[in-house]
Amino acid sequence: MIDIGLGHYLTLGAVIFSIGVIGIFLNRKNIIVILMSIELILLAVNINLVAFSIYLGDLAGQVFTLFILTVAAAEAAIGLAIIVVYFRNSGTIRVEEIDKLKG
Amino acid sequence: MIAHAIFFYTFSIIAVVSAIMVTASKNTVHSVFFLILDFISISCLFIMIGAEFLGMIMLIVYVGAVAVLFLFVVMMLNVAQQKNQWFAGQQSSRHIPVGLIISTLIFFEIIIVIGGWKYKPEIFDINNSISQASISNTHSLGQILYTDYIHVFQISGMILLVAMIGAIVLTFRQRSGVKRQSYIKQISRERAEGVEVLEVQSNKGVKLDD
Repeated sequence: MIDIGLGHYLTLGAVIFSIGVIGIFLNRKNIIVILMSIELILLAVNINLVAFSIYLGDLAGQVFTLFILTVAAAEAAIGLAIIVVYFRNSGTIRVEEIDKLKG
Repeated sequence: MIAHAIFFYTFSIIAVVSAIMVTASKNTVHSVFFLILDFISISCLFIMIGAEFLGMIMLIVYVGAVAVLFLFVVMMLNVAQQKNQWFAGQQSSRHIPVGLIISTLIFFEIIIVIGGWKYKPEIFDINNSISQASISNTHSLGQILYTDYIHVFQISGMILLVAMIGAIVLTFRQRSGVKRQSYIKQISRERAEGVEVLEVQSNKGVKLDD
């Protein structure tokens, strides 16, 4: 318990990943919270990469975390832009009412 | 070692609780604030285990840019009043058991993988070793980021450019009735259409047409 190793960080990553997945499924009202859950999942992946990078002594994990950060920022910007456009066109972003694609 | 454990448990408990609050809180603005708290505690963890450059970048990119973008959109779309209840609708209750089952399955799969994970240090081909204690984390990251990973770095720059252009194109709208400056009209004005030189005779005055 006291000796913090790689497993602790991986477990933290697993917990946050699962909370993100739960958030995507459980949230049926607001699509912005779904985007935030996706950010949580990316964060969990970053924790795993950094922990492996530190404990294996290989810097490639941190470099890839940097790229995941870039992709997450781009994804948030595009996703929020799509949400803004959708809200402007249809006046709602409730998940239940977004059924234009008839999926 | 004990200090490491104390800091790890403190920050990870804060991170997990705030991650739960992100998905569970009724108000969307509160979820954004809990997301910010989550990012801050995870970046503290990163700084603590020695990836200080990434911790600082997390603070700048996530807290400074992404979370503020979320907050901005939440306030702009005025969805804060629209309550975010998950157990409310009859339709929504079908999804809850599926979500719980899938996420607990994923969690236990990851835990099983972690539990059975053993490695020998020799089997990893370590090119980018961080064992040099003399140079800092930022220094060593920069040394391989701009040499070995330069193409990936440039591609990530292109991704940011595409995201920026995409966001602008998506949210841009032309409004009618807005007076704009037209550079080409200003530049292409000739002297003949702007100025007229008249010979003014005494006691007659000038007749202007307009």
